[in-house]
Amino acid sequence: MTLKKIKELLKAEVICGHDSLGIEISFAGASDLMSDVLAFGKPGMLLLTGLSNLQSVRTAEIIEAKAIVYVRGKMPDKEGIELAKKKGIPILTTKLMMYTACGILYQNLLPGAYVPQENK
Amino acid sequence: MMEKRENGFSLQFEIKGKDFVNAGSVSTKVKEILQEIGINASIIRRAAIAAYEAEMNVVMYANRGVFILTLTPFEINFKVEDEGPGIEDIELAMQEGYSTATEEMREMGFGAGMGLPNIKKNADKLGIASIPGRGTILEITFYLSNQ
Repeated sequence: MTLKKIKELLKAEVICGHDSLGIEISFAGASDLMSDVLAFGKPGMLLLTGLSNLQSVRTAEIIEAKAIVYVRGKMPDKEGIELAKKKGIPILTTKLMMYTACGILYQNLLPGAYVPQENK
Repeated sequence: MMEKRENGFSLQFEIKGKDFVNAGSVSTKVKEILQEIGINASIIRRAAIAAYEAEMNVVMYANRGVFILTLTPFEINFKVEDEGPGIEDIELAMQEGYSTATEEMREMGFGAGMGLPNIKKNADKLGIASIPGRGTILEITFYLSNQ
């Protein structure tokens, strides 16, 4: 599924990474807790989160997430956008609640990132 | 600060406690260095996660700390030494879900009691030493031999 398709499905606004809407996303993960994202995130995943501080962008960068979707209409601050631009991580924001946003993507056959097993 | 060795090098970075704006910048830098050197991507990813968790621990709990990256032909080593409250019970701190985090830390998306267990999960070797009231030293090692 392309990021453009995700944008359309979630009626999302693009905050940065307008040029990257063609990238292919093949799985996603969602959490407001960066501790969990660090523990269960997978490289290449789409990160859905309601936590829009700088740490959410850093966490996405560390786990090598392909893109971030902020839910509940959250907007990242200036530093977050700057870091995302620098690291080439597209950011979208949707007014949808987390549950609904995930539900829509899952319904459209975007699977979850986390499979319970040792990741080493 | 960089120290060259016969077989590798050592780099030292300062971490400021409670500096949430720069929190994570050392790990980002360390990750960039490992990428430039051409370390295996899956090792970089594990190392970056462990570095970030360790750095966030210093930012959240300690007054200050130093992060020393040492690279040899055989391993990557992070020594993260802080001046801070230390850890009263290391065995307890290693349990998933145990946390002494404040509300502020949780609002930032951290403090779920996953940090040290996640470092251990990603590292090949983890050593922890702490004196309550003084500080904590983490030694995190990743072996390169299986590349």
